[in-house]
Amino acid sequence: MSELKQEIVRRPDMSVEIAGIKLRNPVMPASGTFGYGEEYTPFVDMEKIGAIVTKGLSLKPKAGNPTPRIAETVSGMLNAIGLQNVGIDAFIQHKMPFLRTVNTPVIANFFGNTLEEYGEVAKRLNDIPEIAAGELNISCPNVKQGGIVFGTDPKAASEVVALVRKNLQKPLIVKLTPNVTDITVVARAVEEAGADAIACINTITGMSVDVNTRKPRIANMTGGLSGPAIRPVAVRMVHQVVQTVSVPVIGIGGIVKAMDALEFLIVGAKAVQVGTANFVDPTAMISIIEGIEEFLVEEGIDDIHDLIGSLRL
Amino acid sequence: MKNYRTKIISNQEISPGYFRMKILAPGFGENAHAGQFIMFRVQRSLPPLLRRPFGIFRTGFLPADCDGLPPKEFVEIVYKVVGSGTSIMAELHEGDKVELLGPLGNGFDCTSRKGEKILVGGGIGLVPLYMLAGELVANGCKVRLLMGGRTRDDILAVTEFERLGVETYISTDDGSLGEAGLVTQVLERKLQKYPETEVFTCGPMPMLAAVHDICVKYKTPLQVSLEESMACGVGACLGCVVKGAGHTEEKPSYLCSCKVGPVFKSQYLDWSALGKNDNDCGGCA
Repeated sequence: MSELKQEIVRRPDMSVEIAGIKLRNPVMPASGTFGYGEEYTPFVDMEKIGAIVTKGLSLKPKAGNPTPRIAETVSGMLNAIGLQNVGIDAFIQHKMPFLRTVNTPVIANFFGNTLEEYGEVAKRLNDIPEIAAGELNISCPNVKQGGIVFGTDPKAASEVVALVRKNLQKPLIVKLTPNVTDITVVARAVEEAGADAIACINTITGMSVDVNTRKPRIANMTGGLSGPAIRPVAVRMVHQVVQTVSVPVIGIGGIVKAMDALEFLIVGAKAVQVGTANFVDPTAMISIIEGIEEFLVEEGIDDIHDLIGSLRL
Repeated sequence: MKNYRTKIISNQEISPGYFRMKILAPGFGENAHAGQFIMFRVQRSLPPLLRRPFGIFRTGFLPADCDGLPPKEFVEIVYKVVGSGTSIMAELHEGDKVELLGPLGNGFDCTSRKGEKILVGGGIGLVPLYMLAGELVANGCKVRLLMGGRTRDDILAVTEFERLGVETYISTDDGSLGEAGLVTQVLERKLQKYPETEVFTCGPMPMLAAVHDICVKYKTPLQVSLEESMACGVGACLGCVVKGAGHTEEKPSYLCSCKVGPVFKSQYLDWSALGKNDNDCGGCA
């Protein structure tokens, strides 16, 4: 009898569409926490997650920041990796062969040191047919050039998004920083400049001191705070951005469990990214996907779209 | 490499502040090599947020709980209580649920079968040397272990090394066990006496830097196991990098200690940068 009952329960439709890309479910890794995908193959079935998001790519390889680069804080971690990456050429040569074998959309996160470099990387992505979309990083707090410089000023953000929009013949996701007074101003600016979707939030700038040595705990002095500690801030900002723009929003910030992801979906995020949790538990995304599905079944929801943006006020 | 959702078999204090923990891990041993490590999730709830890296002390089997069941395969770590994560670990008991990821990283290269080997372990740094000693002895090498610590409390598992057939030499800063002084002084004497040897070491960074300098002086090959803070342990976060030899501002070389290491041939590292690093992370790989 119970077996029969289980068959009758239809599995809810978890698929969503972001900027024209169909995702089997709304869960994907946050850039920089999942390498180039291959690192996690022992733990994660790549064809169970919604998308793969690569480490941030730049035109030339980037060495990253001095060490120490990470420090654990209360319910969070500070990092100042400094966008270390192999560069777009090595990415195509060494990382794409694996990504080509996976039947899951690949989103290439990318950045530049200058406006021109942003434009150049965008052009290079056009040469890779298996890249489903580009995620433009204008929000890294840990590098002197590029990144956050563009993300904190609505005018600069608009300029870089417009240029990339012109050069990139693929859907464009723009990843925003929380390190601004009003995130809706930047969100509106990038939407107007041509973003097809917005991802937020990147890490919150923080600092931690070792009281015994009286030195900063990471060499860069400041770093980006991630993990459960930032989740309420992230949920608030995602809600604000959803209320402001009409393009889809991808929610990011301290998601560890399915319940955390649900908060973002309920305030209106159409998809979520899981970051620091991948370090804590390499199978975290799979548990989150299963947990969301279970919640939908329990709530009697057939289509995840009936949950998205269902915040009751 | 696998993520084990498993439980603790035993967790015992073996010296003030030092613990040995056996964790149930079926199938772990056949893939594990000397010098590799695990990422250990102290408890299934948070905090602490991040896993902690620990060198593998050894793997093995315990008899089954009852007839008909297979023997219980375990991985054993030895750790020192230094912070919040290890303080929680010290309170864990048999049957407590934990998670471990491993075996991870590149261990010691012990393919050279000839000759004499000297292992230098500082405090908790002797952990990865135990499996190494076992493999070297099995290869027919003559193995000498130089153990150093601040006091006698920091000298661990001596009899177990001796049971492998390893000759042990102990030195402590305060002279409470073995000879008074630094383990590096003993190393220098041994290298004068046995010039044709290979050295393997793990321990606090100032000791590693001193061992490196001595091995350069005596033109002795050296493999060193580093202890760096890590977040992922699988080469994704790039948080645990160390500078490679020849690193410059213009041509930077950062090596992931979780993926390329934690064991490096010492000539491939930039010691001018490493020597200044003074982490003491209590048994991390």
